[in-house]
Parts: sequence; structure tokens; C-alpha cells
Amino acid sequence: MKNLLAGAAIALMGLTQTATADGHANYPERPIMMMVSYGAGGATDFQARIVTMTSGNEDALGMPIAILNKPGAGGRVGWNWLAGQAEADGYTLGAYNVPHFIAQSIKGGVEYSTASFEPIANWGADPAVLVVGKDSEFNTLQNVVDFAKANPGKLTTSGAGLFVGHHIAALQMEKAGDMKMAYIPTKGGGAAAMKAVIAGDVMAGINNLSDAFRAAQAGNVKILAVADLERNAFLPDVPTMMESGLAVDNASVNFRGVMVPKGTPQGIIDKLAATVPTMFENSRVAGKMKAGGSPMHVMNRDEVLAMWAARQETLKELLAGL
Amino acid sequence: MEFIYYFGDVFTPINFGLLLLGTIGGLILGATPGLSPTMAVALLIPFTFQLEAAQGLILLGAAYTSTVAGGAVSAILLKIPGAPANIATTLDGHAMALKGEGAKALQLSFLSSAVGGVFGVLLLIFLTPVLAQWALAFGPSHLFWLAILGVTVIGSLDSASVVKGLLSGCIGLWLATIGFDDIMGAQRFIFHPSLSGGINIIAALIGLFAIPQVITMFAKGRKNDGTEAIQVQKHPIKSAFSELFRYKRAMGIGTITGSIIGLIPGVGGQIAGLVAYDQSKKFSPDKDKFGTGHPEGLIAAESANNAMVGPSLVPLLTLSIPGSPTAAVLLGGLLIHGIFPGTDLFDNHPDVAWTFINSMLIGQILMCIFGLYVAGMAARVAQVPQSMMAAIVLGLAVFGSYSVQSSMGDVYVMASLGVMMYFLERFGFSAAPLVLGLILGPIAESNFIQGSMIATATDGLAPYFLTGALNLFLIVVVVLSVLYSGYMELRTRRYTSKEEIMG
Repeated sequence: MKNLLAGAAIALMGLTQTATADGHANYPERPIMMMVSYGAGGATDFQARIVTMTSGNEDALGMPIAILNKPGAGGRVGWNWLAGQAEADGYTLGAYNVPHFIAQSIKGGVEYSTASFEPIANWGADPAVLVVGKDSEFNTLQNVVDFAKANPGKLTTSGAGLFVGHHIAALQMEKAGDMKMAYIPTKGGGAAAMKAVIAGDVMAGINNLSDAFRAAQAGNVKILAVADLERNAFLPDVPTMMESGLAVDNASVNFRGVMVPKGTPQGIIDKLAATVPTMFENSRVAGKMKAGGSPMHVMNRDEVLAMWAARQETLKELLAGL
Repeated sequence: MEFIYYFGDVFTPINFGLLLLGTIGGLILGATPGLSPTMAVALLIPFTFQLEAAQGLILLGAAYTSTVAGGAVSAILLKIPGAPANIATTLDGHAMALKGEGAKALQLSFLSSAVGGVFGVLLLIFLTPVLAQWALAFGPSHLFWLAILGVTVIGSLDSASVVKGLLSGCIGLWLATIGFDDIMGAQRFIFHPSLSGGINIIAALIGLFAIPQVITMFAKGRKNDGTEAIQVQKHPIKSAFSELFRYKRAMGIGTITGSIIGLIPGVGGQIAGLVAYDQSKKFSPDKDKFGTGHPEGLIAAESANNAMVGPSLVPLLTLSIPGSPTAAVLLGGLLIHGIFPGTDLFDNHPDVAWTFINSMLIGQILMCIFGLYVAGMAARVAQVPQSMMAAIVLGLAVFGSYSVQSSMGDVYVMASLGVMMYFLERFGFSAAPLVLGLILGPIAESNFIQGSMIATATDGLAPYFLTGALNLFLIVVVVLSVLYSGYMELRTRRYTSKEEIMG
């Protein structure tokens, strides 16, 4: 028995050695797992499932990607796990949400930072938008700014928690307009924040473009402005905050994409970085994403690295006073 | 009456096949500890990628309905509530199974599930626009008072003494604070990495209910007196029907409470069963029988948790806001086919919307038929020898808590809470109030913080929390509930002392 085990161990070692020797040409040899740090059914989980559905195709990775949900504490549980406990063997990927994880790492109390992960590719960009209830007296961003300036700290604005894109957008609006809002973080994510706006619990809300688009289609809210550099294809009539005179850039845009833990072999990172963006561009994926009202924005590894670095700078400055 | 027009679509061969598949699969998934309705529906989403919109939704709707009812199987036979919705079911259901009435308990639970469930779906069909307004009426201050109302029933729920009930409720409230706080991101009581996400409610449920029982069973196994085998009494379905009609009051309270609570976004099914159980206990002449295997408690709990299913979809289908985690998963299932729920859903995609709702209606009835069929067989579980049963339950408990989010951390949490609960039970504490504290704590806390933030930005704390018709109504109910518990406690004390004197 002992001999058998030893033999098996040697054989296994041999296998792993060949795997490294050939520069991971055969990667992936078994199904891959992708960790999503939000619950099943959330926007990130939903999109992750769509963009990975073609990974088993021969022109993609040739192996399916299974989604593993590790929700909790606004994503901190999952990213802590990916940074600290996940194996960096290329078979464990993770979904990232920028600016969330970068803002959390700047704020502290977590075991990760941008240095703990290696980005692979970006699939989506969901800008934050400013919404008000359908019967609200506010009709433009200017109305809202005027109110907030006249009544400092009185403009109740809901969003999905602290140190997420919505909060960043609120901070940027306060800074750009030199005004004070009352940001109300909700528990239960964007859906709860949107409910607060529709029910009139708060005067305004900052929410995801994709969710706000649906609520506006249903006639429940008015979308006043988009916190992005240019207008969005889903909402061609809604101006950006900059057009409306508030200097808010795209730092709050919720970028979603794939990353791996630091220490993953370079050969695997290169292979993933080459394959994954084309997998996202698959027409079936794009069709499903469009149908679900989820804006796509495919970026390759180098572009994501630059985007992370830029966010790190902006957020450090923005969160310094908090 | 438009929905009748679309009934035909449910009965095409493929659609009806999917409906059967969803119902039977849902019952099995629901009966598996740890697989909550949310998880079961999420697991099925990838399959709907390949189906047409209406077909995919039939599968999801049927699975949602039957997983909620299927949870009763493990709650009754093994005392493992598969999801928070089934907590109240264990209280009387498992006691009935121990008396050899497992078959009767299962039959009653499926019948009352079907009655509650059909009523809930009918509400969804006829009253959706009205109900949508009601769902929106609950702001942070109202949800806070609602959670406080829940706290007031903790003392009287399944405990010998009010003080011990309140104490275990407090332990639950404390456990709920563990982890990163969701609003501020502050870290509380995290001394081990597996606690950073807080105590997972399903892992806690499994540990608190199943583990003390496993330990007791192992302890009994050592004695080996061989007298533990339970006789399973056969129970004809006909008499289950007449039993059900005998307890009309419990049925009515369960159905109505479940429908109302199911509507409120963010509270939903977690507490519907417990509140209905408590209410029917208060209105019942046989209060003392509750908790000892009384069919009324079981009927109230099960009719409530299935009545919640229909109304819980109202905010999703009319306002495009998912009111519960399961509704959020269903939203994904709609979006993948490019269907945006909202007020115009019934105008733009009537075929999809009505086929979905109709399939839930028929799903309730199919679920009941299959449930009744398996009830007789499943009840034989009670005949398995204790020592073997303990091993099976332990295995299921580990599997169930691990599968929630594929994490060993949850298994540790389950095991430590379970061992703790074993000792607490020996001193007369009970798991149900503890779990209620664990569920209500975060609702009360986050709504209080949100409410107070809104209040400080607007008119101040007192006017925000203490004025308005709905706030005042809830406060009055809270006060009444506290007074009632106090009165009952005093009355029972007088009785006991009299008995002591007589004795």
C-alpha cells in the first residue's frame, strides 16, 4: 500500500512537472472555477454567468467555467478568500468590481489590495446614474444641485452601501458641486436603494444604470444624469453630469471583469489574457447581455491594469478625508 | 380574467413536462437540508438559457413553489429546517413525527401548503396593482417597528419560561451582529476568518436544530434498550382533509399572515411562518398543546410560508424591485430573455407573464398531489434505528451547511452553534427564539440606522419614527403584544402557584 501511494505521488509530481515544462500549453485541462463575491441572482453573478457561458467552446478555453458564490460584507468575504485562501493554479478565477474592492482596500480592514490580484479582462461597465421618483419636483441635475446648495445636508440620497460606486459618485458630486448631501446607504444592494426612491423614502438615489433603465422603462423613476465620460447607448437622451455642469468623471463606473490571485503562473495569465476578451466578444454573449440591459465594455489586460492604477489614485484622494 | 385565456399554454406537452420536472425536482431539492428555495432556483437558471422565456419561467416558478413546500419534509422528519421559512414547521411537525404521526404531519403540511399557496397566487393574479402600493408603504421606520413586533413574540415562542425565551432571543440578536456590518462596513466580533461574512442563517439553522438532536440520539444509542423504534401510523388522506377543515382558524390565520408579510420587500418569507405560528397560538383555545405535536401549529406555519410565494413576486412583477432573494434570482431568469418586469409587463409580454403565474397555480396543486403520494413512504424514515439516524442527520447537516456557499467556515459555525445549543437545551432554552433573534436583529438594526440617517437629514428622529398612521398602528400592536405576554405570564404563574398549594 505504502509503495503504491509513493508511486502515485511520484507520478503526480511527474505530471505537474510536465505541466510547467510545456509552458501551460495544455491549460486548461479541467473545468475552471470563478468566484463571484456577491450572491446568486445579483447583477454581478448574473452577468458572470452570461459572459462565461461559452467558455467550453473550442475557440474559447475549451473547458467550462463554474461560478462559485462567496457573498458577504459587500464583497469583502469573497475577495479576502481569493487573496488569502484560493489556490493560484489558474483554475480559480475571480470576478472583480471596481471601484468597490479598491475603495475597500484603501479604507482598510481587508486582506487585499490591487497588488493581490492580476487582472485578465474586463467585460462590463455599469455607470452610476442619478434617479428621482416619477412624481419628484426635480427635473434636471441643476434642480437637484440648487436644492442641495440651498439646504446643506438635507438632500436624502440612497445608494447600495458605503465604498461602492454609488457612494463614490455621491462623494464626487459633493466635491464638484461644493455641496453637502445626506447619503443613505441601504442594506440589500441596489434593489433596496431603488425601492427607497420609488417609495419616496428618500428624495433621490444613485443607482446602477442597468437597474435604473428598467425602473425608468416601467415608469417608476426619472433618470437625471449619468456619471460617466459620455452618454450611454441605453439612455441616449440622458446627459452626463459633466454636460450638466458638474465635474464628475467616470471614477464611480462599476467595472466588472475577471482576475486571478497573485502568484498564478505567468504562462496561464498570458493564455487567459489572450483568450478571455475574445470569449466576451462572442455574439451570443453580447446578445444576452444586451437583452438583459447590461452595458458591455470589453477591455484587455493592459487596459485594465491602467484603469486599476488610475482608480487607485483618484479614490485615494477622494477617500482621504473620510 | 385574462389569465384564463393563457391556461392552454401551460398544458402543451413541453411546458407541462417542464412543470412536472420543476415540481418533482423542487420537492427533492427542497427536502434536502441546506438547499433553500433561493439556491434551488439559482441552480436551475443556467438550464433556462436554452429554453424559451415562458418555458424557462415555468421551470423556475414550479421549482420555487415546490421547494418552499418540500422544506417541510426535512423539517418534520429530521428536525432540520431547510430554510428559514420552515422553522415554525419543526416545532409541531417534528413533535408529531416523534409520536408516530409523521404521515399525518406530512399530509397536513402539503394540503395546507397548497391551500395557502393557491390563495397567494390568486392574490397575485387579481390584486397586483393594489398590493404594489401596499408593498411600497413600508419605509425604514415601519420595517423597524415590524422587526420590534417580531422581537416581542420571542419570549412566548416555544419556551417553558418567558425569561429563558428572551435570553435566547438576546443570544440570537448578538450572533446577528457578528461580521462586517453591511451599512458602515465596521468589523464586529470577527475572531476567525470564517466569521467575516457573519453567521450564515442557513448554516445556523441546521446547527441549532439538528445537532442537539444528533447528540441526544447518539447518547440514547449507548443505552441500547431497543424500545426506541417508533410505530408509524398509517393515515388515510381523506381524514387529513377533514382534519384540515377542523382547523379552519389556523388555516385562515396562516394564509392571511403569510400573504401580508410576503408582500413586504426585505422581510418576506423568513418570518412569515413564525409570525403565523405565534398568532394562531394566541387565538387558539388549546394554547398549551402547541409545541407538543399539535396539528394547528403545523397548519398555520405551512399555509403561511406557501401563501407568501405569490405576493412576494408582486414588487418584482409590478415595480421591477426584487422583494426577496429568490425574487432577485427570478429577475435574472427574466432578464436573460430580455423581459423587463414592470407595470407594462402584462401588456408587452402577456403570454410569458400569465403562463408563468398560471404555472405557479397549477404547480401548487401538482406539488400537493406528489407530496401526498410520498408522505406515506417518507414517514417510514422514523423507523430507522436511532444510531443510524443520527449518522444520517449528521451527514446531511455537514453537507447542507457546506453547500450554502461551498465553505468549511459555515460547517464550523454550524457545529459550534449546534454543540452550544445542546447544552442550552438541557437548561430549558430553545432554538426557535434564538433563530428569530438572529433573523430580526439585522432587519431592526439596518432599518433603524437608515431611518435615523433620513430622520436627521429631514425632520428629526421623533417625528420620523413616531408619527404617521402606519407607525402608530405598529406601535400600538407592539404595546398590545407586550401587554398580552405579560398578562399570560402572570396568569400561568398564578396557576402554578395554586397547583403547588393544592399539591
